[in-house]
Amino acid sequence: MSLVLGVPSKGRLMEQTFEWFAERGVILRRTGAEREYAGTVEGAEGAALRLLSAGEIPRELAAGRIHLGVTGSDLVREQLADWDAQVEELAQMGFGHADLVIAVPACWIDVETLDDLDAVAAAFRAAHGHRLRIATKYHRLVREHLRAHGVADYQLVDSQGATEGTVANLTAEAIADITSTGATLAANHLKVLQGAPVHRSQATLFRSLTTPLDEHQQSVLARLSTRFGKAPQSDD
Amino acid sequence: MPDKAAIRAEAEALLAGFRRRGAQVVETDILQPAETLLDLYGEDIRARAYVTADPLRGELMLRPDFTVPVVQMHMTHGAEPARYAYMGEVFRRQEHRGPRASEYMQVGFEIFARDDPAAADAEVFAALAEPLEPLGLRKVIGDIGLLKAAVAGLSTSAARRGALLRHIWRPMRFRTLLDRFGGRAPLPRARTEMLERLAQGDVAAQIDAAGPVIGKRSTDEIAARAAALLADAQEPPIPERELSAIGALMDLRGPAPEAPERLDRLARDLPAIATAAAGLKARLDALAARGIDPAALEFEASYGRTTMEYYDGFVFGLIAPGRELPPVATGGRYDALTAVLGQDGAIPAVGGVIRPGVVAALKAEGAP
Repeated sequence: MSLVLGVPSKGRLMEQTFEWFAERGVILRRTGAEREYAGTVEGAEGAALRLLSAGEIPRELAAGRIHLGVTGSDLVREQLADWDAQVEELAQMGFGHADLVIAVPACWIDVETLDDLDAVAAAFRAAHGHRLRIATKYHRLVREHLRAHGVADYQLVDSQGATEGTVANLTAEAIADITSTGATLAANHLKVLQGAPVHRSQATLFRSLTTPLDEHQQSVLARLSTRFGKAPQSDD
Repeated sequence: MPDKAAIRAEAEALLAGFRRRGAQVVETDILQPAETLLDLYGEDIRARAYVTADPLRGELMLRPDFTVPVVQMHMTHGAEPARYAYMGEVFRRQEHRGPRASEYMQVGFEIFARDDPAAADAEVFAALAEPLEPLGLRKVIGDIGLLKAAVAGLSTSAARRGALLRHIWRPMRFRTLLDRFGGRAPLPRARTEMLERLAQGDVAAQIDAAGPVIGKRSTDEIAARAAALLADAQEPPIPERELSAIGALMDLRGPAPEAPERLDRLARDLPAIATAAAGLKARLDALAARGIDPAALEFEASYGRTTMEYYDGFVFGLIAPGRELPPVATGGRYDALTAVLGQDGAIPAVGGVIRPGVVAALKAEGAP
């Protein structure tokens, strides 16, 4: 059995993943027609390539259908309960940086931190009869962050896109979303809370811990791992 | 864990015991409206309960405990005083691997009565502790009412007391706020900078300059909190003797018979706890009258602060010593919950549950 590596199937994330591996002597290639999601690995005998949506890679790793996978650390932590029991981080790859942040209307001059958000949530609930709504698609990460900081009287509302617009549309009072420059937030009259973000995400090479590797796969992984070395680390 | 048939047999025996004590046996739905539970427990319950969608009734949860449906049932058509018993599965979603079960049996006993709370507390405790006596469990009691009373009596603003009361069940946050209100921890820099900015005056103009007012929270609400923050900055710190007394209260633990005297000493600096302390003394007397020796009980003033969010008075747990098992039984008083759930009326209530699965496991390993 080959050692299966899953990588993002399109866009900047795919290109940067290919570059990262190429710098380490492993040449990943898409094969076949332009729209066909097939590929090959050169420079690592016994490894096979699978091109997948970045959002599906955490699930495939957890299911053990791929042995290695490249995706955002935010997606793994959001999608997998007890993520570090299911996958192991082999290398932080140094691209695809984005912060998951909580943002509130810029006009809230009385709110700078989670402390303030918590106090405002209590007053808001008393005044409006419902909990303060935070729009997000990162339910697990945001809920764990708010619980760790003792924030109460909020509710998460699901938003799968155009999250920055929910406050002006009166479907949420605050948002939690991924941002790299903050430009979209500012354009929507939102400001980021001070303090550490909910999560600092970057493209990461993960290894599945859910399926034992056979002898052949283990030797392929051992050879590959020497190439990865110590990738540039960033703060987490 | 023993098999389900053995656990059910254990549960039925316990339920029969509660019935002999005069309890009416009741059943509740397994599918509970999510909205009520979310309003009570907040968003955290989503991580701990199974949420499912009904095409007509909206979001539902698999019963995470019996207390809420039993209270609701009593509020709609219960006579007073009332004793209820029940048994059935509860469902707890687990976000982490480990020994915690995601589905297990509970057998419970609840009393709704307006008179003599000490007697009702003792009756519930005895109903749960007596059948478990052969297991040689640790018996821990506490009283959330003591800390609530201490906070309500602090020499500080109503806003600060309210903020502390709101976070009694989040001990870390509570401690952070207490240290800040007591002047033991400096204000975070974000707050001091904000206060400097707000103090420059004309809050309305500052709101205007910050951007268009979007969302449901109005300019008035923003301005009101800005004013409240400026007022709070002038508030003197909570006096040191009250701070150390409330710290000593939170750390108080030891043999139950010694607790009343130690609380009386703390009441010199926290006179507001006197009523709750007298309640503890009355409860220990009521327990003794029921044949429960107070000397066999451990008192922990902070017991139940992390796990039992609706309990607001007497709390207790029966624990198998030296084992990695969940408590065999837990319970307490939840007067405030009945006020929240019963639109017009509140009624004092106390109850508890036994986990027959843990009982059966202890019996199977031949516990002393």
